[in-house]
Amino acid sequence: MRPLEPVSPGRKIALGISFFVLFFAGWGVATFGGFVPKIFLADPLTMITDGWKLLTQFGFLSDIGVTIWRVVGGFVLAALIAVPLGVLMGAYKPVEAFLEPFVSFARYLPASAFVPLLILWAGLGEAQKLLVIFIGSVFQIILMVAVVVGNTRRDLVEAAYTLGSGDGSVVRRVLIPMNAPEIAEILRLVLGWAWTYVIVAELIGSSSGIGHMIIDSQALMATGQIIFGIIVIGVIGLVSDYLFKLINARLFPWRLA
Amino acid sequence: MSKLIVENLTRVFPGVKGRAPVTALQPTTLTIGDNDFVTILGPSGCGKSTLLRMIAGLDRPTAGTIRLDGRIITGPGPDRGMVFQSYTLFPWLTVEQNIAFGLSEKGMPESQQKEIVAAYVDKVGLRGFEHHWPKQLSGGMQQRTAIARALANDPAILLLDEPFGALDNQTRALMQELLLGIWEREKKTVLFVTHDIEEAIFIASRCLVMSARPGRIKADVPIDLPHPRHYTLKTSPEFSDFKARLTEEIRAEAVLAATH
Repeated sequence: MRPLEPVSPGRKIALGISFFVLFFAGWGVATFGGFVPKIFLADPLTMITDGWKLLTQFGFLSDIGVTIWRVVGGFVLAALIAVPLGVLMGAYKPVEAFLEPFVSFARYLPASAFVPLLILWAGLGEAQKLLVIFIGSVFQIILMVAVVVGNTRRDLVEAAYTLGSGDGSVVRRVLIPMNAPEIAEILRLVLGWAWTYVIVAELIGSSSGIGHMIIDSQALMATGQIIFGIIVIGVIGLVSDYLFKLINARLFPWRLA
Repeated sequence: MSKLIVENLTRVFPGVKGRAPVTALQPTTLTIGDNDFVTILGPSGCGKSTLLRMIAGLDRPTAGTIRLDGRIITGPGPDRGMVFQSYTLFPWLTVEQNIAFGLSEKGMPESQQKEIVAAYVDKVGLRGFEHHWPKQLSGGMQQRTAIARALANDPAILLLDEPFGALDNQTRALMQELLLGIWEREKKTVLFVTHDIEEAIFIASRCLVMSARPGRIKADVPIDLPHPRHYTLKTSPEFSDFKARLTEEIRAEAVLAATH
């Protein structure tokens, strides 16, 4: 193997799939071979039958729907507020000086620790779930967007000024379009984190969602169901990641040209 | 008629971490005539780019004034088009959209923009590449687009900061001819910074030689070679005379710059 040498598309897919195969094989050996007691870890087959039962008999699909709606809802809310703020902070240094210290501090406040408080404030309804995701995402997005916008190539900004752009126009016509792909990339990354927050929010005081199913299954010692739930989250993450990449490639063809 | 008047322009960069301030440009006075093609020749770090950036309004002078058509310059504006050494095309815009950037900034109707853009696409020989992204262009093509972008705005003066510095020799020679051809046909006031002696002579009607840092203008050489100029001019005896003279002027400065 040569460092940095690319692989062919076919081999790339085969290699990617083969790790999943290896993973399930290892899991199978550990469980079917009796190396791990069933009570701690269900085998792959049990997981699949449990999962099927969940989907067909226990309405797990609606749980999945509820969780996706919470993640997307909280995340969109966070993005709507954080992206403009981040752009402002990156573009205007006084705004950055004003907000950056607080946002940096707030970024380290663990969203999960807010769950009890948010239950107190917003009850057990949807608002509380959305708020957990919102708090977990908003400060991260603000800071990352501000850094990206603040690092815009100076010579491009200068070129715009010599072409007659005013200050507002530099933000609108240079800073935003130049950094749009990076911002989309940040959103993709943070959406992944938002999935962690939603499960935490659903583990406590929830009557629906993937997290709720997982905590219910724990009481029943149904490890097959728990693992199925975790795998579903992984698959949704994979799909949303792929969709995000697809949309980005469509929106920003100049990057790939 | 003088187009650009620079009076006692000075730039001192404040010292960092207790070090002494650095004088990039000693008080400099110069005038550029209407439709002149002036090159500023100097060793690297002599303050020639600083001088150009101040004229563009991208850097603030410590003292002195700059007047363009009688108006004092306080910041950047579309009356001073600039071409940079680095590739500064907007990567998210096509060649066509890049050239139209300044026009749409002026609020010009789209049909009129299209007309001007098409004319400049032809002038810089980019027909067929209008819809390419900058990433798909060679360095020379990118700089041609950058020249078209600056010229499409119809600036009172065109400023170029070593625009061909990153190009290979052959491409550079072609770019010089292209720029010179445009100037010979359309007459523009041009201020062109370079460290390449041949370039400074070939394209210019006047060459200003700058000293090593702290920069000042140490020689003002009119290049009275006939127009239109052909690349064979570069091997003529007259050209060689200019080259010998400017080499002498600049060598002393280069030695100074290298030992400092």
